Amino acid sequence: MITFLSYLCSGISLGSIYAIIALGYSMVYGIAKMLNFAHGDVIMIGAYICFCATQYWGMAPITSVVVAMVVCTLLGVVIERLAYKPLRAASSLAVLITAIGMSYLLQNSALLIWGANPKSFPSVVSIGSISLFDGQLLISGETIVTVLANIVIMIALTLFTGKTKLGKAMRVVSEDKGAAELMGINVNATISLTFAIGSALAAIAGVLLCSAYPALTPTTGSMPGIKAFTAAVFGGIGSIPGALIGGLLLGVIEILGKAYVSTELGDAFVFAVLIVVLLVKPTGLLGKKVHEKV
Amino acid sequence: MRKCEVTGKMKMSKKLRSNLITYGIVIAAFLLCQLALSGSIEGFKMSRSLKGQLVPICVYIVMAVSLNLTVGISGELSLGHAGFMSVGAFSGIVMSSWLVSAFQMENETLRLILAMLTGGAFAGLAGVLIGIPVLRLRGDYLAIVTLAFGEIIRNVLNCLYFSLDGANLYIGFNNPNLPGKVIVNGPMGATGVSKIATFGMGFALILFTLFVVLNLINSRSGRAIMAIRDNRIAAESMGINVTKYKMMAFVTSAVLAGMAGALYGLNFSTVTASKFRFDTSILVLVFVVLGGIGNIRGSVIAATVLTILPEVLRAFSDYRMLVYAIVLIVVMLATNSPLLFNLMEKCRTAAARFTRGHAKAQGKEGDAA
Amino acid sequence: MTQYKHKSDTKMVPVPSMAIVPERDIDKAPVLEARHLGIEFGGLKAVDDFNLTIGKTEIAGLIGPNGAGKTTVFNLLTKVYQPTTGTVLLNGKDTAGMNTVQANKLGIARTFQNIRLFSNMTVEENVRIGLHNQVKYGMFSGILRLPAYWSQEKKQHEQALDLLSIFDMQHMADVKAGSLPYGAQRRLEIVRALATHPSLLLLDEPAAGMNPHETEELMENIIKIRDKFQIAVMLIEHDMNLVMGICEGICVLNYGRVIAKGTADEIQQNPVVIEAYLGKQKEG
Repeated sequence: MITFLSYLCSGISLGSIYAIIALGYSMVYGIAKMLNFAHGDVIMIGAYICFCATQYWGMAPITSVVVAMVVCTLLGVVIERLAYKPLRAASSLAVLITAIGMSYLLQNSALLIWGANPKSFPSVVSIGSISLFDGQLLISGETIVTVLANIVIMIALTLFTGKTKLGKAMRVVSEDKGAAELMGINVNATISLTFAIGSALAAIAGVLLCSAYPALTPTTGSMPGIKAFTAAVFGGIGSIPGALIGGLLLGVIEILGKAYVSTELGDAFVFAVLIVVLLVKPTGLLGKKVHEKV
Repeated sequence: MRKCEVTGKMKMSKKLRSNLITYGIVIAAFLLCQLALSGSIEGFKMSRSLKGQLVPICVYIVMAVSLNLTVGISGELSLGHAGFMSVGAFSGIVMSSWLVSAFQMENETLRLILAMLTGGAFAGLAGVLIGIPVLRLRGDYLAIVTLAFGEIIRNVLNCLYFSLDGANLYIGFNNPNLPGKVIVNGPMGATGVSKIATFGMGFALILFTLFVVLNLINSRSGRAIMAIRDNRIAAESMGINVTKYKMMAFVTSAVLAGMAGALYGLNFSTVTASKFRFDTSILVLVFVVLGGIGNIRGSVIAATVLTILPEVLRAFSDYRMLVYAIVLIVVMLATNSPLLFNLMEKCRTAAARFTRGHAKAQGKEGDAA
Repeated sequence: MTQYKHKSDTKMVPVPSMAIVPERDIDKAPVLEARHLGIEFGGLKAVDDFNLTIGKTEIAGLIGPNGAGKTTVFNLLTKVYQPTTGTVLLNGKDTAGMNTVQANKLGIARTFQNIRLFSNMTVEENVRIGLHNQVKYGMFSGILRLPAYWSQEKKQHEQALDLLSIFDMQHMADVKAGSLPYGAQRRLEIVRALATHPSLLLLDEPAAGMNPHETEELMENIIKIRDKFQIAVMLIEHDMNLVMGICEGICVLNYGRVIAKGTADEIQQNPVVIEAYLGKQKEG
């Protein structure tokens, strides 16, 4: 029972990270209707920046996280402006391939700058772990911070998209770009803003991911990126609570699957659940059904 | 009526000509490679690294053409094509080893053909099993599920163990303790594979693939597949069974990928499932997109060029993948950005105006004279 | 065009108007019978208690203001939507539980309000798609180019050109469908639907975007098609000249309900119709 709880905890922790990445994916997909494959690599860049800030530039953990966020935000906006904006009218496949090219570019840049050897990422979390049940169940500081960060981000984003003018503009643009433009909304700025927020979240996710799983390599971001996208689809793409639920479920399923079914088949388990969910509910758990007009 | 019949025939010959050009390019390239391999012409030789790439190039051409059938002709974005390749590779390897172990079959060509057929059959079976749920979904959801299946296949293959004891084949799932000689060893992959893949067979497989895909496209079934791609609802109201034809394209594509996979697997002494990661699916998709969606000849050329490109870029050593990525992005922007497109269009019209103006001026001069 | 004598002593086959009885349809079962057809979208009754009978070779019109549910009726008849209530009988067969493909095989073909051609394929290929179920050879004959392939392809080619000749479009056979002018695209949709050998052809706003001359030609061609193929035609149209000119029975829909059925004359004089529709638009 205690082991189950501890697996559950690490599942929730991993799931929270997935949820944060999934949010970025989901927002970008919602507004730009594109699979931003480079998102996972922005996570990796964020982690490297944070690593450099603490190790080489001697910054405090909090400051280095902020630096990573700023760098990633800029990176996200620049990527969008240079690579995706010219393709807004192009086919979704062309954009997908460009995003893949961007992903290769980021990975190989990181390979050239930081090398292929894994860097041992120092945790940015300084609070200790909590022990429950007479020390039988240990909840690490990273888990606590990750879950808290996840909650704060979810609430903040829900309020942002629901209450603020900019957030509402984002929702309008994702619904209908043409109509939004006619209503005087600056579509380009709104899309840039979405990429900025998504990339900042990616930086946070990268730092949290590497705090929990310290080996940092240029390909650190790709698999979590894909799984987070899966989580976004799982929960219903474009939906904030969907990303949260999808991410958490995916993390828990992955950890429990690895623990109780097979280490080798953990990922297969995650993807199998995704397939089952999509077959039952083709637009994900919280996705809206779209009717095709005849 | 008479006139129309003539145009009808002309159209046929136009399509036929286009197909013949595609076959011609492949055959010419093969002959050129053979010439370079024989080394009979001084200074026209193939580098060692390129020699090693010959079979992989054939494999990637087949992969790209078969994926184009799904993505370009049937219009379904599949991100799990490498999954079928891996099924083909492992079943082909097991078949090849079993033939040796059970029948002492020494004829490598026959073994290779049987292995490729087995690979194709198993990949086709996987295609049917995956196609049933996947083809119910649309667009990006379909894409993500094919990706998921690709990863599942890889994970499952990591847990599979095969061993041979004479004619007996033992299969273990997550169970490495099998009697006899182990041929597939879970995450360690297939080891001690007899490398029987040849460039000639790769060439034959390309021709076979082109024959199947091009003939399928220009037939009743192929037209139905393309009609569904262009407008599913209209196709349904014309009495076309959407599931049947989507499935036909998907499974044919899987079979061809499986055959390519078997060839690929038998080209190396060690093959692990991690060779068929999601990256490989993406790589093949890049060939298809850069070659032109739905353009079979484009797929052949793109697969060849892009497989050789990293070899050529070896001069850049560490920077080669970076350059590859930049080339990829720039090509996509250049071919798809309306900004650049308009610019090129303007240049073209300006050039046309210039030449026309020139001609007119000349004509006037002629009149005056 | 509608010169049919009323004979009270002949056996009548009901048509949408329930009034006009073309003598040619006597003793023939109707091609379509819709009974109490209805569909709800999230509590909203888009179509309610729709009853309609169409004779074997009748030209019927379905009119009504925008949003009345006309295209929804077409979608119900072609099984794009499954009705929440009622039944559709096609050539006497119940279509309950059928899908669009099965309905087409049973003899119903349609065109679309927003043109749905296979725009990347040529004109001839579009027609060949319509002929799909008339031509029988399988995937393997196609790939291996067996004799069946050659003979059937030739037959299909001839049939396609034959069908295209209805609208004098043979010379466009090799043009990409997407690059045709608007009117030609609408005509091609009709040819493509005809190629499926329907017994009932549904035309959704066939004259939309056509100039008066083209519409005039279209009217002649619809009658020509009916006469040549001996099929029933039902059309949705806002062009009242066309509807009043060629439709033998007219059914008027408003807010998902049938408000009137009758001949062109009867509809034009019906006070309910005038109020709901013609009153606002005069002659349309």
